[in-house]
Amino acid sequence: MSAINPITAFRGLTLARLKRTVRLGIKSLWLHRLRSLLTVLGIVFGVCSVIAMLAIGEGASYEAQENIKTLGSQNIILRSVKPPEEQKVTDKGSQSYVMQYGITYTDVKRIRDTIPGVTVVLPARIIRDYAWNISRRVDCELVGTVPWYPEMRNHRVAAGRFFTDTDMDGKSSVCVLGAEMVPALFPLETPLGKHIRVGGDYYLVVGVMEPRGQAVKGDESQSDASKSTGKRMYVPLETVKMRYGEVLMRRRTGSFEAERVQLHEVTVKVASLDQVMNVAEAVKQALEHGHKKKDYEVVVPLELLKRAQDIARIFNIVLGSIAAISLLVGGIGIMNIMLASVTERTREIGIRRALGARRRDIILQFLVETVLLSGAGGIIGVLLGVAIPFVVTWTADMKTIITFWSPLLAFGISALVGIVFGIYPAIRAAEMDPVEALRHE
Amino acid sequence: MATRIVQFDNVRKHYQMGPVTVEALRGVSFGIEAGDYISIMGPSGCGKSTLLNLLGCLDRPTSGRFLLGEEDVSQMDDDALSAVRGARLGFVFQSYNLIQQLSVVENIEVPLYYQGRPEDESRERARELAARVGLESRMEHKPFELSGGQQQRVAIARALVNDPLVILADEPTGNLDSTSGAEILNLFDDLNQQGKTLIMVTHDTSVAKHSRRSIRLRDGHLESDVRH
Ligand SMILES: Nc1ncnc2c1ncn2[C@@H]1O[C@H](COP(=O)(O)OP(=O)(O)OP(=O)(O)O)[C@@H](O)[C@H]1O
Ligand SMILES: [Mg+2]
Repeated sequence: MSAINPITAFRGLTLARLKRTVRLGIKSLWLHRLRSLLTVLGIVFGVCSVIAMLAIGEGASYEAQENIKTLGSQNIILRSVKPPEEQKVTDKGSQSYVMQYGITYTDVKRIRDTIPGVTVVLPARIIRDYAWNISRRVDCELVGTVPWYPEMRNHRVAAGRFFTDTDMDGKSSVCVLGAEMVPALFPLETPLGKHIRVGGDYYLVVGVMEPRGQAVKGDESQSDASKSTGKRMYVPLETVKMRYGEVLMRRRTGSFEAERVQLHEVTVKVASLDQVMNVAEAVKQALEHGHKKKDYEVVVPLELLKRAQDIARIFNIVLGSIAAISLLVGGIGIMNIMLASVTERTREIGIRRALGARRRDIILQFLVETVLLSGAGGIIGVLLGVAIPFVVTWTADMKTIITFWSPLLAFGISALVGIVFGIYPAIRAAEMDPVEALRHE
Repeated sequence: MATRIVQFDNVRKHYQMGPVTVEALRGVSFGIEAGDYISIMGPSGCGKSTLLNLLGCLDRPTSGRFLLGEEDVSQMDDDALSAVRGARLGFVFQSYNLIQQLSVVENIEVPLYYQGRPEDESRERARELAARVGLESRMEHKPFELSGGQQQRVAIARALVNDPLVILADEPTGNLDSTSGAEILNLFDDLNQQGKTLIMVTHDTSVAKHSRRSIRLRDGHLESDVRH
């Protein structure tokens, strides 16, 4: 007997062997570069769109949730809304008419006295008017509110101070400007210590607030019948009550419009987070009692937050399904091409078998090729998918978040697709009879 | 006398074509000693290629015994047959059968690759053999850049790379003009002179003259077996 038996000699799969098979696979794929590229496009687009859409969705939902959180998840916000029926009446008639609607001081008192777990109540009157700094003018909302507004709404003072209880009791003419107002009124100098004029009254600027998120402005604009400017200034509620009374007059072409609204906005703070939903329910019931018409709205940020999270979850499920389908289609595309490739390379398979390749060597060769294809598609897809969110952020000014696991997962799945859809063509190749394969033209 | 490396005992090969059984080989017996140079001849369809495929362990006989070296090949499983082909046999085909995406040296290396030999050692040996068949200046060329005669020389180098017990050639000059064909036959003569065992299927009596022994087949039977 010969010293080395070639049949039983170890021919297992070593790393070096795998490396050579990979190199061989690259060579074979490179021979048909264009075809290889077209083959993986399905995977490329699948992976790329999943990563990009996840990043955009994640960014949007993060931003929405952040904005909702700035409203305060322990808060319940009540807003006065102009009832729709009365709007029609004013549209028809041209005589002067006083409209009365919205949340009243009685409502606030009732909520505070009857509902347990309510700690602070933050009322606000909102008056739309022009603010002047000599000749500079800004269309803004004058918000009459209470000194504890900043803590309640998680809205901090950036410079100076907020007005105090003393300002409130003394009905002083002080104001705190929203950050959005400053560039228009005081482009060069600091507004602190200066006076601005609203109507016939002058207010001393004692502070400037921090800027607020985009969605908050959009959200608050819904409460007012007129479109919000997003520019707000804060004045003690007592001062506003004294200056403006309770009837607001507004001149319009051909008609006078007057509204009587006691409170435009009330924020109710709930003592503990798990009480929020119950208190919100109680508040809604309390308001229903006192109002014949639905001239108010109740916004529960926590509810919004939960809804935003639900939407984000649904979005992810839909995305996941789209991803699964596109990767499935991509995988079928690859399998199709690999089957064609196996038929086309029947002769090569015959030659390799004649030269000593076992069935599993042929399987390995074709499987490696398929995985290389889908893996390359996955890498291209990941690169594009990571690049697209940056472009979106840059051009559309949208927040995008690429979670670290999404490229990994997408790449892993695309490689898995290669294995799953590569097995059948590889087995087809390996099952060929060497004699038949060699005769193949 | 030289050692017997091939023993065929009453080998039959049948092909099932639906209800019809084609008897390609109907009981063939012969032996081959190391260092011999054999041509297999006969009319078309007599079973020459079938016989060569059995010799080449590409197929198993329907019945009968086939010993290659000391091993009974007729009962081996697919993996074992692959191993025998890779380690003990060399093939030269009529249509060269090189792998198109591989260079000359890489084509020559293939049998060693499937034996799991180290890469640098294989490369060294492949270069050696390319030089031996006169292709030292074509090492990195692809098959389509070579003439038919050159391609067939690559195939011969590939058949030699694993130092096989037997080299099997199915009409190796069938696709070549007379000059290239003569070159290939001279190469075969040289190899046989150096002690290689060659088995060659051919239609051409002038080609068969290069061999030392001629086996003639007719209708799946051994018709004649002459030494010259
Ligand atoms: N795979 C197969 N299936 C069915 N019949 C086959 C098969 N291979 C060969 N045969 C038959 O076996 C017989 C011998 O065929 P073989 O190919 O061995 O002939 P050959 O001597 O090589 O002929 P040629 O000189 O034309 O190449 C023929 O009748 C052929 O039809
Ligand atoms: Mg034949």
